[in-house]
Amino acid sequence: MTDSPDRTALASGPPVAMPPAAKREAIRRRRGRWRHLDRGSLPVIGVAFCLALPVLTVLLTALQPAGPVWRHLADTVLADYVLNSLWLMLGVGAGTLLIGVPAAWLVSLHEFPGRRWFEWALLLPMAVPAYIIAYTYTGLLDYAGPLQSVLREQFHWSRQDYWFPEIRSLPGAVIMLALVLYPYVYLLARAAFLDQSVAVSEVSRTLGAGPWRRFVAVSLPMARPALIAGVSLVQMEALADYGTVQYFGVGTFTTGIFRVWYGMNDAVAAAQLAAQLLLFVFALLVFERVSRRRARFHHAGNRHSRPRRQPLVGRGGALASVACAMPLLFGFVIPAAQLAIWALRTAPRMMDGRFWPLLAHSLLLASGAALLILALALLLGYGLRLRPHPLVRLAVRAAGLGYAVPGTVVAIGVLLPFAAIDRGVDGWARAWFGVSTGLLLSGTVAAVLFAYCARFLPVALQSVEAGLSRIRPSMDDAARALGSSPGGVLGRIHLPMLRGSLWVALLLVFVDVLKELPATLILRPFNFNTLAVRTYELASDERLADSASFALAIVLAGIGPVILLSRAIGRTRTDYDAVP
Amino acid sequence: MPDSFKHLILCSVAGLASVLLDAPAQAEGEVNIYSARKEDLIKPLLDDFSKQAGVTVNLVTGKEEALLQRLQSEGANTPADLLLTTDAGRLAAAREAGVLQAVNSDALAARIPAAYRDPDGYWYGLSVRARPIIYAKDRVKPADLSTYEDLADPKWKGKVCVRSSDSVYNQSLVAGMIGHQGEAKTEAWAKGLVANFARPPKGGDRDQIKAVAAGECDVTLANTYYLGGMIVSGDDAEKQAAAKVAVFWPGAKTAGVHVNVSGAGVTANARNRANAIQLLEFMASDAAQRWYAETNNEYPVNPAIAPSATLKAWGEFKADTLNVAKLGELNPAAVRLMDRAGWK
Repeated sequence: MTDSPDRTALASGPPVAMPPAAKREAIRRRRGRWRHLDRGSLPVIGVAFCLALPVLTVLLTALQPAGPVWRHLADTVLADYVLNSLWLMLGVGAGTLLIGVPAAWLVSLHEFPGRRWFEWALLLPMAVPAYIIAYTYTGLLDYAGPLQSVLREQFHWSRQDYWFPEIRSLPGAVIMLALVLYPYVYLLARAAFLDQSVAVSEVSRTLGAGPWRRFVAVSLPMARPALIAGVSLVQMEALADYGTVQYFGVGTFTTGIFRVWYGMNDAVAAAQLAAQLLLFVFALLVFERVSRRRARFHHAGNRHSRPRRQPLVGRGGALASVACAMPLLFGFVIPAAQLAIWALRTAPRMMDGRFWPLLAHSLLLASGAALLILALALLLGYGLRLRPHPLVRLAVRAAGLGYAVPGTVVAIGVLLPFAAIDRGVDGWARAWFGVSTGLLLSGTVAAVLFAYCARFLPVALQSVEAGLSRIRPSMDDAARALGSSPGGVLGRIHLPMLRGSLWVALLLVFVDVLKELPATLILRPFNFNTLAVRTYELASDERLADSASFALAIVLAGIGPVILLSRAIGRTRTDYDAVP
Repeated sequence: MPDSFKHLILCSVAGLASVLLDAPAQAEGEVNIYSARKEDLIKPLLDDFSKQAGVTVNLVTGKEEALLQRLQSEGANTPADLLLTTDAGRLAAAREAGVLQAVNSDALAARIPAAYRDPDGYWYGLSVRARPIIYAKDRVKPADLSTYEDLADPKWKGKVCVRSSDSVYNQSLVAGMIGHQGEAKTEAWAKGLVANFARPPKGGDRDQIKAVAAGECDVTLANTYYLGGMIVSGDDAEKQAAAKVAVFWPGAKTAGVHVNVSGAGVTANARNRANAIQLLEFMASDAAQRWYAETNNEYPVNPAIAPSATLKAWGEFKADTLNVAKLGELNPAAVRLMDRAGWK
């Protein structure tokens, strides 16, 4: 930038041009950051690289020259894929904010009839897999469904006589996904609202701000990092969705990937589509990081007690109750009731001795994966805090891309390198010892767990990072100055303070793995099924009523953790206060 | 660390270890299957085989493309002996990918017609599924229906419901038409059909049938086993819908009804080859054929075996005689054609 002399003379206020010496200093410091990659960062980078392997495999595949499919796609459906994916992402983001934030604000800062109950019940839709809610609502709302049939009979309408919103459409998909994904935003928003200092709230009240203004001007901006983290998780999940958009006939990147791969037999072009999807996600992540840049959201002061809940009585209280009941009703009660009605009828035929192994497999995989992923998230999150080297940052971000990619794509990304490792080990063993080791990793539970790690790490990492960012760095410094090792800081200072965030991470991943289908389906060993696999097998044969018992079992298995989750957040605050 | 965490960790580690150590063996007296056919539709048959032959059967189900990918990437080390798919095109693709081996069995050749197996014995069809026209009994006279081609006629404007072109059933139907009439004619047909859509394509085959029953449209294309499934459904609405529609077998004077097969092939690196062939022969046997086709309302490949009572009630039909392997070959062309025709 070249400033003309007269403008420099006039420039009295900001922006202030940086003096050359300071500029050089800043550049030197930035370069220094690149140079100081110590050995302590290497394990973090190594782990992150391993987790990024599936996505990197897909990107590598995408580098090969594809067939003539691209030309064809560009001529026909590519524009649709891009636009639909974009609208889906924006729509689901907006929808989850609109549902999740007001609900979180109401239950965390107000008192109204049913609040204690809503506090955890609002999380319940999280336990419902997106494609299940899509199936149940289609059954209720489409042309052949009971609602429209009753309308037609009552008013003697025929097809041309009335307009009814089409559930199986892009807006329908947005609503379905928003209804089951808003709890992510709600969860993080609520934690953030609870965490806001009472002092800030009191100051704004003293300055004459009404409740609405306090919400818009104070609570909301302060909760921004949590909200953006929640929304970006939700948007990634929406981009990766396959079941719902496929059933609704909405062409997105995900459906395109499978169409090109399955229908046109072109795996390379499919990988290239997946790479484009990753570009979307990358933009999303950059946006999230930029919006968080430089802002510090931990509290500087010491006074930090729980804000008193504002009582809402009369009409206000009733309105608040209704506002909280809506997402619960549509996101959980209605679909669960439909499932229960189906299950009552079909359970006697469908439930047999095979149910218990399914349940056991689902629960074991979910809890094992949750712990593993939590450990990895702690390692990466903590590594990032201790050594914010750009390379570490990049590696950790790359490890998080898997969440936005359809599970099948991640699974293929696991399949290829694992098979290559198996072949390598096998060849080596044959050459040196004359024995074949066969498949060591492929087709084992280890492969399934690895795929979960590659896919769900960001869920845990978001929570762990959010927790870490609320711990003042001065505490680390104080502990280190008092002679504590970095491990000691983690064990004695951070872990107790992080307990709430850790529970959140653990339980979020647990519920996600419980619902996970595609990676489990492709990578699982012989004679090994889960609830999600069984539900899928029946639902994909369009035997929805038969699949209901198993879908309901997923929902029920998820409810326990959801309730625990809510209690965990309730405790976060007390833990925080307990540490002076 | 809090105690609850410790307990959780201990329990999970113990549980996972027990699962990990329970690895599938590859001992003798076993056969390992990668199956795109759902567990419910095959497991009882495999259990029967286990009992009769004394061979343990291990099963992984999944989507065909993914199973094929798994087979390919595992290469020579694959534990799978048999690949079972629900679509002949995928079997042809598997042969092309080099993951199957030729099996010459007189028992199989005698029971399975040539149109439903690979000419060189790389795979064998086990059941036939047909995709007829389903129409509303109260609004459509069967006399007005004739062929698939006829559905593109303007007289059906706004009366056709069809599933998305993402569905492999529609893809292979179009592939079959390309095989008979070439791309240009088929594309013109697809455009005509799209112009007749009552609404954009969405939902599964059962949804199309329900839409016809509810009056959203008059005709649709659906595989027979979906209609069969609705007749015995646990959902009363589905039962009622199924009662309002009927099956029409198109193409009596042209190529016939579009059919595809579910089938299986022995993998190139099968370690239990003999067991795998034995299982294939078992599945082609009379009793197995009857059960295998009936549980999914499909037709037995062996023409000597009578179909189930439900299927018999729908009447006889002339099946397309194009070798089903051709469908796989033409599938990519079919998908591109449907994209161009605006068939969502």
